[in-house]
Amino acid sequence: MALHSQDIAWFSWGALRGYPARTLLMLIAMAIGVSAVVVLTSLGEGARLYVMDRFASLGTNLIIVFPGRSETAGINPTTMMGETPRDLTLNDALALTRSYNVRRITPINVGSADVSYLSRSREVVVLGASHEMLAIRHWELAQGKFLPAMDLDRASPVTVIGSKIRDELFGAERALGKWIRIGDRRFRVIGVMGSEGRSIGVDVQETIMIPIASAQQIFNTSSVFRILVEAKTREAIEPVKQFIIDTLQQRHQGKKDVTVITQDAVLETFDRILGALTYAVGGIAAISLAVAGILIMNVMLVAVSQRTAEIGLLKALGASPRQIIVLILAEAFLLSSLGAIAGYLLGQLGSWSIRYAFPDLPAYAPAWAVVIALVVAVITGLVFSLMPARRAARLDPVLALSGR
Amino acid sequence: MLPVVILKDDDVIMIELAEIHRDFLVGDQVVHALDDVTLTIESGEYVSIMGPSGSGKSTLLNLLGLLDRPTSGVYRLNGKDVTSLSDIEQAQVRNREIGFVFQMFHLVPRLTAAENVELPLILAGMPPEQRKPKVANVLDDLGLTDRSHHKPEQLSGGQRQRVAIARATVTEPNVILADEPTGNLDHKSGTDVIRILEQLNERGITLIMVTHDPEMGQRAWRQLRMIDGCMHSDHSNDDQINPDHGAS
Repeated sequence: MALHSQDIAWFSWGALRGYPARTLLMLIAMAIGVSAVVVLTSLGEGARLYVMDRFASLGTNLIIVFPGRSETAGINPTTMMGETPRDLTLNDALALTRSYNVRRITPINVGSADVSYLSRSREVVVLGASHEMLAIRHWELAQGKFLPAMDLDRASPVTVIGSKIRDELFGAERALGKWIRIGDRRFRVIGVMGSEGRSIGVDVQETIMIPIASAQQIFNTSSVFRILVEAKTREAIEPVKQFIIDTLQQRHQGKKDVTVITQDAVLETFDRILGALTYAVGGIAAISLAVAGILIMNVMLVAVSQRTAEIGLLKALGASPRQIIVLILAEAFLLSSLGAIAGYLLGQLGSWSIRYAFPDLPAYAPAWAVVIALVVAVITGLVFSLMPARRAARLDPVLALSGR
Repeated sequence: MLPVVILKDDDVIMIELAEIHRDFLVGDQVVHALDDVTLTIESGEYVSIMGPSGSGKSTLLNLLGLLDRPTSGVYRLNGKDVTSLSDIEQAQVRNREIGFVFQMFHLVPRLTAAENVELPLILAGMPPEQRKPKVANVLDDLGLTDRSHHKPEQLSGGQRQRVAIARATVTEPNVILADEPTGNLDHKSGTDVIRILEQLNERGITLIMVTHDPEMGQRAWRQLRMIDGCMHSDHSNDDQINPDHGAS
């Protein structure tokens, strides 16, 4: 005596519609559980993508070289003797271009200087770099041109200014072609940075860029603060790193006195931390699913006792214990599926609202979280209904029918 | 006047109870709801079971309907020992061979009359296209066609009991067990319901009815009287046909 599946569906649907308050209550419980998972994981995932994106805007396949051994290398003779590490120079930077795997490099110097135009002046972060800086950092120009391609040691009097500096110095006036004073030198404005170029560490809008050699003159130094190296591919990062260490060791009389860090290492760490965070909030949200499951068990128990007479009748009409279990479970399945779907829609609406409120945050629930939330919802619904279903199947029809 | 009852292959024993006991434990006292009941009912009989409340008549009916199992004794239905069947097999027997009519009607409130009648066929796993004509037939038989899409709450007591009878007969059972079928009805609808049940009996369905209304009980050919779980008397109207019954 196998029930037809459409009959099971019809009967369960009827039972759900017969008790709208109970059905609504369970739907809400399930929906809250599922939507909590969807919204929270989308938040976590959004945060992860946001941070990754910010880091990626520092540059892709980027390797940063700076003078001195990093402290994490532990104690070595240099630190013991208090010796100052050898500076990096423009020639060091030039030497790093001699690898097939290196796409582009730029040495940089950073300092602050007074910048003035006519009577207006302010102190500004001045960045010395080569023309490659724009491509390495994925920055965009709003107007004019970037620093021209030329020899690193040529101190050309040109500058590219951030949009905020432009507004402050020139107001509504046209900035391109004007001469401004940086420190005690005069530079011609040849470009304005776009406003998008905000990345961790540097606010491009409030920066002024000049050729590296000019920066060395202004800050009166022959050294270089950092060298940024972009490898051709992700796979090339390790070889390039080794190449940099070897080359600079040769140039520095055999001393390993530079530190080389890669963007990837930092990125990976953040990726791991934020990924774990997503799992964690997802797990916390899953607790609400379990709570929903327990609620389903309660409500199904109530449903069984509410419908004792009906179950007794079904037995009298020839329903086997199995059929009773199937009918109760079908009801729970229908209920938790509908709840899960409602929760999914609610959750998508929630993450849409987050994206609407914070356009920078790519808050999309990851597919795995959605699938798990839906599957767990349906399974908890079924598992927690097993006990009520068994109880219904065991009901004594005589007692059930007499309403005792 | 000739008897209108058509005699079939007579003396086919349908129900055979042998030394049936049914004990209940109430607190720490054993109550003998059925105390050594032995009974034979032939196919096509019209039996009423009467007795004061607590005499065990409902327990007997539940046992006959396989809703309850005896503490000891043997119950054969159509020659087959049904006391030893599994739950699933008993459910099948209930579905195919027994129709129940209850005092409280026991219709599912959210289902229409037709859907209530359809229920046993659904449980039997019959495909929908075979069910619909059967349901329509039975409802038509009982004059309920225009009520088939009404919910129980929209029906009168007598109509509800007729729907319940339709549900009991749609599987074409051999026996109908009626537990105080008129208990919740006024006199007129009660009489209507009894007539319908008697008409079914005339078509050959065995009718066993529990009642404490002597007027109803005496309409049956055979009247069992129970007291304190024992069969007190077994009286048959063999010599005469109930005038009401004959006229109907």
